Amino acid sequence: MSSPTLEKHSAALDAAENTASQMITATFRIRRFNPEVSEEASWQDFQLEIDPKERVLDALHKIKWDQDGTLTFRRSCAHGICGSDAMRINGKNRLACKTLIKDINPQKPITVEAIKGLTVLKDLVVDMEPFFQAYRDVMPFLITNGNEPTRERRQTAEDRERFDDTTKCILCAACTSSCPVFWNDGQYFGPAAIVNAHRFIFDSRDEGGEQRLEILNDKDGVWRCRTTFNCTDACPRGIEVTKAIQEVKRALITRRF
Amino acid sequence: MNDVSLYDVDNPAPVIEPPRKRTKKTPKSTRTNFELYGWLFMRLSGVVLVVLVLGHLLIQLVLDGGVSKIGFAFVAGRWASPFWQGWDLCMLWLAMLHGANGLRTVINDYAQRDTTRFWLKMLLYTATVFTVLLGTLVIFTFDPNIA
Ligand code: HEM
Ligand code: SF4
Ligand code: FES
Repeated sequence: MSSPTLEKHSAALDAAENTASQMITATFRIRRFNPEVSEEASWQDFQLEIDPKERVLDALHKIKWDQDGTLTFRRSCAHGICGSDAMRINGKNRLACKTLIKDINPQKPITVEAIKGLTVLKDLVVDMEPFFQAYRDVMPFLITNGNEPTRERRQTAEDRERFDDTTKCILCAACTSSCPVFWNDGQYFGPAAIVNAHRFIFDSRDEGGEQRLEILNDKDGVWRCRTTFNCTDACPRGIEVTKAIQEVKRALITRRF
Repeated sequence: MNDVSLYDVDNPAPVIEPPRKRTKKTPKSTRTNFELYGWLFMRLSGVVLVVLVLGHLLIQLVLDGGVSKIGFAFVAGRWASPFWQGWDLCMLWLAMLHGANGLRTVINDYAQRDTTRFWLKMLLYTATVFTVLLGTLVIFTFDPNIA
């Protein structure tokens, strides 16, 4: 028989079977830490049925909602905008909400741990305060002299383009917590603070560039960068972080000579 | 005993803080260009060292019978010329300052405790000053007529 209804039915059935067979069993190996239970952090494995086209964040949700409600992590927007859920997935800093499971080889256990170089408070949650302190220390706001104009502060398209890349930062800390200099010495400003200083130093409307350059010229500023490119690799916004740091270095040198 | 935790909600375990955490009190600008000059010096001295060190290695180890030719007479012959004295002096100073500043960076990157940082740097500076002064002294006071 070749009635259209029957064909339709089997096609729908096929599709349903296909979706069912696309579910895989993946293991998530998560670094757990709870100071109210133990002073030691330890790895815990969770197995779940999941569509590989879903994201690591979906897997964490499934684990928290269906398996272990004590699993603790940050997320807000779930769409790569708020910068809450940077974590170390298979040894690389990424946003859990932008990482598809199929892209990180679900055949092997997927490791998930807190970002490095900041105090772990519980499971995947770290104390971001030192990170934001470095951010505040570069004065990430418009500084101007003289009277406020009655209209908006105009800028040419080229002048806007000059710092476009560094306006994209969402302060997720993926870059700073991937930097080996920052891991051993939290006094270093770190890439994210330099990126956000760059955003104003190269803004033609801003007049505080000299002050910010002076701050980053210090012993814990840009000269501590060893050009490892970890930050550029880590940035979920695709910002050329190492290049931005290099441009600040160059601005300091051309200003002196 | 083992299944009883030492810690609970009112008495949590100490968290592990990262080394040298930034706080509100993190020292503010010292307003010097020391690190800028240090960074530039590494690159400029590096360029000069390529010529000095590779030339040095070529002369000492490859040309004219290689390393077997080096002896007291060979050194004495070379240091009779102000050119080679100047070459070796430049190489000594640049390589020592370049290497010392490089190791200072390594210490800054790796040493976590303030006291460790301090003493490692003191050791480094002492060794550097000693080697540079001793080397300079020998280059200028070398006497080929030993008894
Ligand atoms: C042959 C030519 C040389 C060149 C072109 C060169 C270049 C450089 C540069 C550009 C740096 C800075 C790296 C950074 O800031 O990340 C550096 C670091 C360093 N150099 Fe040299 N250098 C040379 C020879 C030497 C020699 C002869 C010594 C030993 C006396 C030395 C010891 C060091 C050390 C210890 C560091 C720090 C390690 C590091 O930064 O990773 N270099 N070199
Ligand atoms: S530069 Fe990129 S990695 Fe660094 S904080 Fe901003 S968005 Fe995150
Ligand atoms: S949850 Fe907002 S960036 Fe991932």
